[in-house]
Amino acid sequence: MMFDLLHTPLGPLPLADWLSWLFIVTGSFFAIVGALGIVRLPDIFSRMHGAGMVDTMGIMMILTGLMFQADTWIVVVKLALILVFIFFTSPTTTFALARAAIHGGVNPGPTVEELVEAKVIEDPQLDTKIEPTFDPKVKQEAKPSNT
Amino acid sequence: MTITMYGVAALAVLISMALSMIRAFVGPTVFDRILAVNVSGTLTVVLISVYGFLDGRPDFLDIGLLYALINFIGTIAVTKYVKFQDLGHPMEGPDEGDV
Repeated sequence: MMFDLLHTPLGPLPLADWLSWLFIVTGSFFAIVGALGIVRLPDIFSRMHGAGMVDTMGIMMILTGLMFQADTWIVVVKLALILVFIFFTSPTTTFALARAAIHGGVNPGPTVEELVEAKVIEDPQLDTKIEPTFDPKVKQEAKPSNT
Repeated sequence: MTITMYGVAALAVLISMALSMIRAFVGPTVFDRILAVNVSGTLTVVLISVYGFLDGRPDFLDIGLLYALINFIGTIAVTKYVKFQDLGHPMEGPDEGDV
């Protein structure tokens, strides 16, 4: 049967403990550094970088390290399911939160033109003018659909 | 007392959760608090999984998977509520009724 395969005990992997230590220590390091970034970075958009660090490097590394210690295949499958789910939901949450923050009036910082005007930086002499594509103040018209 | 890899992982996850809870308490805007609580919830998934391995009962992974699902839905719901003051907003334009 197929489901018996999921419950067959796994044999001892060579170097499994060393690989687990490597992944778990790396993941712990990145989790703590990302959490420090959440505390210390200046605004919400840069704090999201710290949160992504915790999700991507920290949690995925720790769960991969746990995979080497699994007794049966079903444990590996469950850990892989958690990994895939976090892989897809972490960017989705960050995207929704960034949109809500822009919509809620959080200032994302000065643009290049404003910095040039305030003489903070020199004019980078860009070939193409970058137009803002999303302005929450302007209410956009709904596009007519063909359906 | 020997140091196990599960103990290291659990300690690091607990430190990270404490740091993100600092941001949840002092965060100036509501979005900082949502971000910190989301990170803390995602770290809880790892804590549950590590505890399952530490206790020799990997069935705890089911609870961790469920916690990941609920955490995602909860964060999206709170974000949408903060953005629109409503969970069932009608779609009037390209930016309305959206996450």
